[in-house]
Amino acid sequence: MSHLDRLRAVFRVALNLPDGTDVDGLEYRAIPQWDSLAHMALIAAMEDEFSVMIDTDEMIDMSSFAKATELLEKHGVGAASR
Amino acid sequence: MSVFTLGGAEREAVLAPALAALTERHRQACPPYSRILDAIGARPPYERVADLPWLPVRLFKTHELRSVEEDQVFRVLTSSGTTGQRPSRVFLDREAAAAQTRMLAATLRVVLGERRLPMLVVDSRSVVRDPALSARGAGVLGMMNFGRDHTFVLDEHGRVDAEAVKGFLARHGGERFLVFGFTFMVWLYLRGLGADLSQGVLIHSGGWKRLAEQEVGNAEFRRRLAQECGLRSVHNFYGMVEQIGTVFLEGPDGDGLYCPDFADVVIRDPETWQEAPPGVPGLIEVVSTLPTSYPGHVLLTEDIGVVRGVDDGCLPGRRFEVLGRLPRAEARGCSDTFGQGG
Repeated sequence: MSHLDRLRAVFRVALNLPDGTDVDGLEYRAIPQWDSLAHMALIAAMEDEFSVMIDTDEMIDMSSFAKATELLEKHGVGAASR
Repeated sequence: MSVFTLGGAEREAVLAPALAALTERHRQACPPYSRILDAIGARPPYERVADLPWLPVRLFKTHELRSVEEDQVFRVLTSSGTTGQRPSRVFLDREAAAAQTRMLAATLRVVLGERRLPMLVVDSRSVVRDPALSARGAGVLGMMNFGRDHTFVLDEHGRVDAEAVKGFLARHGGERFLVFGFTFMVWLYLRGLGADLSQGVLIHSGGWKRLAEQEVGNAEFRRRLAQECGLRSVHNFYGMVEQIGTVFLEGPDGDGLYCPDFADVVIRDPETWQEAPPGVPGLIEVVSTLPTSYPGHVLLTEDIGVVRGVDDGCLPGRRFEVLGRLPRAEARGCSDTFGQGG
């Protein structure tokens, strides 16, 4: 599975969304499921899935799925799984 | 980058024009605010921070004060009020909401660093799970951003969960970790744990009212936590939902609360409303450049405080202490979001 597919799966599980939900356009607080509590669960799930440590500022700035992919790239995840 | 860099004079030079500009911006964008300024005859120029017109913090209970169009409102924050009182309502647009989170993080970085630390929460998980979040829950939730592996000291029924704490310390007790709770909760539940929290950094807030009833002040609080839990890194903070994101943080020696660069305090004599000199108690006015979507940049609180010194502590700027509530002020809930008494 590509890192993007893994990230999509992490989003669906952490935000409690049905299988196959399109998450690529998601933004923080744009749907009720992605609230501040879910945001923390999402960050923790990303850390587990990709073995990265996400700092406070990175967590605050991760306000969309697109930002999450950028964050993973910054941590070298995109490049490594290709 | 630290947000504790500006000395008293320098800070005044930066904040006075910035807050005067904010006053003008809110005057134009918020009709009720404009009417209040007209009614009290406030008009520029405002040369000093202390010259700026202030709003009593309770106006946020009675008036809808926002400087952005309704469709731009991203979050509405409410404070707890005791029964029968209306809560404060604070209107944030996307920009103000993002800024408050970021600046709170920047402020706490001075004691926490950039990493999210393993976190012990002196509360029950149920306070953050309530869909109609209480002010206490909102406060805990806001702080949880700075932690990882969040572990709650109390179980769902509000009883101490000694096993959970033991497990947490087994995982993280040898590294730096964060402990957060409301002041009276920390006092009630942390001391009896018999746990070694010597690697912990305690952040606490919410006011001293309940502890004052037991005649416990800050010095006693710090002494007992050091003695009974090994907690030596202890930081109280003072802040309120009406100026969300701005917190005044206690220095490492417990010698007072320090202001981040984008904020300051003015202590006012409650008879003359003039600025009180250091050492003389008065009402605390809090100023901050963060409230851009509502006119909360210059607020007169209902708390009494005193400036203990300027540019004479471990961080630059004013160093102050909160002494208690104004006796006639209405009672507020004991855990207003981000605390009401220092």
